[in-house]
Amino acid sequence: MVFEEIKREAMSYWEAMKNSPKPRILIGMGTCGMAAGAEDILVALGKELASRKIEADIIQVGCIGLCYAEPLIEIIKPGMPSVFYANLTPELVAEIVNDYLLLDNPRADLAFGTRQEGFLKGISRLSDLPVLKPQVRITLRNCGNIDPEDIRYYIASGGYGGLRKALDMKPQEVIDEIKKSGLRGRGGAGFPTGSKWQFCHDAPGTTKYIICNADEGDPGAFMDRAVLEGDPHAVLEGMLIGAYAIGASNGYIYVRAEYPLAIRRLRVALQQMEERGLLGDNIMDSGFSFDVKIKEGAGAFVCGEETALMASIEGNRGMPRSRPPFPAQAGLWGKPTNINNVETWANVSAILQKGANWYAGYGTEKSKGTKTFSLVGKVMRPGLIEVPMGITLREIIYGIGGGIPEGKDFRAVQTGGPSGGCLPPSFLDSPVDYESLAAAGSIVGSGGMVVLDESSCMVDVAKYFVTFTQAESCGKCIPCRWGTKQMLDILEDITDGKGRPGDIELLIDLGDAVKAGSLCGLGQTAPNPVLTTIRYFRDEYEAHIRDKRCPALACKELITYHIVPDKCQGCGICARACPVEAITGGKRMVHVIDQDRCIKCGSCLDVCPSKFSAVEKLSGEPVPGPQEPVPVGSTT
Amino acid sequence: MGCEMTVSRVAEEVSTRAQQAEEVVESQVEEILSAYKGEKGDLIPILQQVQLKLGYLPEKAMKQVAKFIGIPESTVFGVATFYAQFKLVPTGRNVIKVCRGTGCYVRGAPSILAELEKRLGIKAGETTADLEYSLETVACFGSCALAPVVVVNDKVYGRATASEVKKLIVDDATDS
Repeated sequence: MVFEEIKREAMSYWEAMKNSPKPRILIGMGTCGMAAGAEDILVALGKELASRKIEADIIQVGCIGLCYAEPLIEIIKPGMPSVFYANLTPELVAEIVNDYLLLDNPRADLAFGTRQEGFLKGISRLSDLPVLKPQVRITLRNCGNIDPEDIRYYIASGGYGGLRKALDMKPQEVIDEIKKSGLRGRGGAGFPTGSKWQFCHDAPGTTKYIICNADEGDPGAFMDRAVLEGDPHAVLEGMLIGAYAIGASNGYIYVRAEYPLAIRRLRVALQQMEERGLLGDNIMDSGFSFDVKIKEGAGAFVCGEETALMASIEGNRGMPRSRPPFPAQAGLWGKPTNINNVETWANVSAILQKGANWYAGYGTEKSKGTKTFSLVGKVMRPGLIEVPMGITLREIIYGIGGGIPEGKDFRAVQTGGPSGGCLPPSFLDSPVDYESLAAAGSIVGSGGMVVLDESSCMVDVAKYFVTFTQAESCGKCIPCRWGTKQMLDILEDITDGKGRPGDIELLIDLGDAVKAGSLCGLGQTAPNPVLTTIRYFRDEYEAHIRDKRCPALACKELITYHIVPDKCQGCGICARACPVEAITGGKRMVHVIDQDRCIKCGSCLDVCPSKFSAVEKLSGEPVPGPQEPVPVGSTT
Repeated sequence: MGCEMTVSRVAEEVSTRAQQAEEVVESQVEEILSAYKGEKGDLIPILQQVQLKLGYLPEKAMKQVAKFIGIPESTVFGVATFYAQFKLVPTGRNVIKVCRGTGCYVRGAPSILAELEKRLGIKAGETTADLEYSLETVACFGSCALAPVVVVNDKVYGRATASEVKKLIVDDATDS
């Protein structure tokens, strides 16, 4: 099919939908929407509409990134700005359907925000909300707005226009455009994408491959999942453009097995592309042919590393190999191969659609464009964000994220997943870009951003990450295989109160050795969380080792639970909750915990009524008395 | 005399059933293999199909796959043991997966896992003796903003709590 025909078909479908007298209701059904209960909301919607005999088009869309507000719906009534409703329950759905769809009252008290032309009294515009105002959504441009299982939506929003443009250019011109945009690899390494394409383009050979790395393995990161579920065509169009520019006619998308919905959406997308001649032979009558296969990962973090990924596609154990030769010269089955991350591909299609200059208008001198981040952990508004490079950590965590919940103090922000580092409050005004974060000892990485508060122990966080990388190490090279294990053993000793003088220096030594001696990025970056936490939070390590004390009161072996005699009212709730019967005390007697029986589960702290708050955690100090239950009031 | 006869008959019965079970595995694997050409690159997808069908990778099945592709059995075994997704022992009827990603870790996933281990009497990576439940941890589901995340069979539960999770086990038991 010629592109003009495809576009016409999509536009007429879109016009019919836009001009329909029926209201449209968009419901977020990404994996996170569903995890928040969106399926129940979908059922409730159907029920409420049917019972009032209201006809409406319900469209399931992807993740809009406002995860803290899920389940979300967007109601579009003809001629009105659309209205968002958040944190829904089936009861709220009933109210909203009744009041807005039947009675024309948008319920400003329940509404979250509006979108598109027009204002509704008492309801903010979505784009003015502090969570969205600083954001610039390029990668995520369609997520939450379109039905990812209907290609006509994508095309009506400009989709495949970039490919059409590219096919009218020469391959080298397409590569030059990507170079001009300043796009850098969004998987974490930040290598200039245009240059990478040039290498593969220039490599001798007629059989070349394109790969999309959708193995998003960093715990705490889910940007790629959202794009694949919410806007798979953005990625596929990017791959087609890249394949044309480089001269490849076959491609693979390597998706991790833990993303079944993404895999399903991709399959649907590929089928719809085939039906319209956007895949296979002679795409858009241009003479360019391209085919794509999906390969599922099988649960190995190391397969996010490009050479391990290719080994996995070839049917082998996912073990990296040394480079050179680089994939651009000899990759999949020894042929020139270009691998890019999901987000990088999604940006390629936008750049061809709107131009390199437009893209380069965002960001900083060396880090152009925007970056998605998964802002999670101890923050008021966790979710998926996209911001121009150069924005500060403070603007992200406090502006967009809304700061730390429960009035607690900000402790650190962990960026870059297991390859990154923890940055303390002194870095809050640091810009987020490749160079600045690297200078601080961390990395931008794939975009994971975990906020930690005063209840997080930095030694424990370092131990958490090394536990992960040690388990995921493929075992091929000694520095990584043994080095991570040794580092983990030392960290476990420290958090168990068995740390020794010299452990910190040993960790630094080991960390440097693992970085220098490992074959691939996994080993080369595994020590980063340890090295940065030692650099910025050395006093915490020293407290654990020297004083057997955990300042954050987190490490189980180093804390004791104590019932404060002045606060205990002898209600007995804690004694009943204790799973090992370690608490003694009768009615109106100050209860006492037997430290020898206590298993540090924390149940007593959880159940003590907040008006008493009599249970406290102690670390590094002897447990004060009383040793036996005494009458309430006798200790004051 | 009568006792020995019974024992040998039981042994025969067990052996016959084991052979029948093996034949079933063989034919099911044959069916999966018929869709492939026998290229090395298909090894992982084939193993994934086999596990989807049989619930795990029996030794017989791995040997069959090795023969089909024309590679050593040890190579197939090497791939099966490298990737965390593959199970070499049967899994329970219900699979409970707790996320151990960073976002979930700082929001209480370890205590949810501890609660489940206590309730089911098994550790992560194990299956209950009655083959009703398997408990696993997953490095990250990618729903970090809805932490902590627990997945029971294919249903994803976000913002999970220990008390909610206890109820899930009771619910599943009454479903059976």
